[in-house]
Amino acid sequence: MLPLDHVIGLSAILFVLGVIGAVTRRNLIVILMSIELMLNAVNLAFVGFNRAWPGSSAAPQLDGQVFVLVVICVAAAEVAVGLGIVIAMFRNRDSVNIEEVSLLKW
Amino acid sequence: MSASVMLFYAFSIMAVISALGMILNVRNTVAAAMSLVVTMVALAGIYVLLGAHLIAVIQIIVYAGAIVVLFLFVVMLLNLRSDEFAPSRQRWLKIFATALGVVVLAQLLRLLEGSLPVTPPLPEGYGGYRQLGIALYTDYILVVEMVALLLLAAIVGALILAKRKID
Repeated sequence: MLPLDHVIGLSAILFVLGVIGAVTRRNLIVILMSIELMLNAVNLAFVGFNRAWPGSSAAPQLDGQVFVLVVICVAAAEVAVGLGIVIAMFRNRDSVNIEEVSLLKW
Repeated sequence: MSASVMLFYAFSIMAVISALGMILNVRNTVAAAMSLVVTMVALAGIYVLLGAHLIAVIQIIVYAGAIVVLFLFVVMLLNLRSDEFAPSRQRWLKIFATALGVVVLAQLLRLLEGSLPVTPPLPEGYGGYRQLGIALYTDYILVVEMVALLLLAAIVGALILAKRKID
């Protein structure tokens, strides 16, 4: 049997790596990839907790896995819109560096 | 240590190393996308070990098959050779953010150690398409409808954003 705390630990490590990538990188495409990594870390936590409380075979508890499916769909929608924004930005600024689009920055 | 636990650690190391390769690769965006594929495939292997077979298949089809291909498509469409940006003006902010993330991670891992139950044996048919499909189309039918609406909105939004000019 897999140790659940190690599964959740792996999820935490991947999430922090995604946060670090999203904060430190300046390439907009790599930032989107880091967001994907964070969503995947959350999915892993959902699947791990669902595995720890699976219900019985008469009444299975699959809430975690249904959540994972929803998160995957949201990630697909987010990537489609995000890459549309990347293309629009590249068309206007000729770059995917986020420091080129800092007008709203404090 | 059983074979599945050893496989779990192998997949974990693979996922973490390729995620590191993705965020540390400042030269080549295509290589970063390929590292992301390796992370996704390793996570799919972990899902199989956790008994979520349908989720593992969908992970490979949607993430490794569709989303990363979309990333590669955009990278090649925009013809990005490498991201040769000038040195950042906010180096200290980034170092501070990274250090803060590592501290939070260390605290989280310290709290996690041994605080969660051991996984129980699996019931019959757990994680297969049959049980998941029944759950989706009975208890979660509203969620399915809402996701369908969200995907439609995303399609329209992406088309409008990527269009050259709205005429």
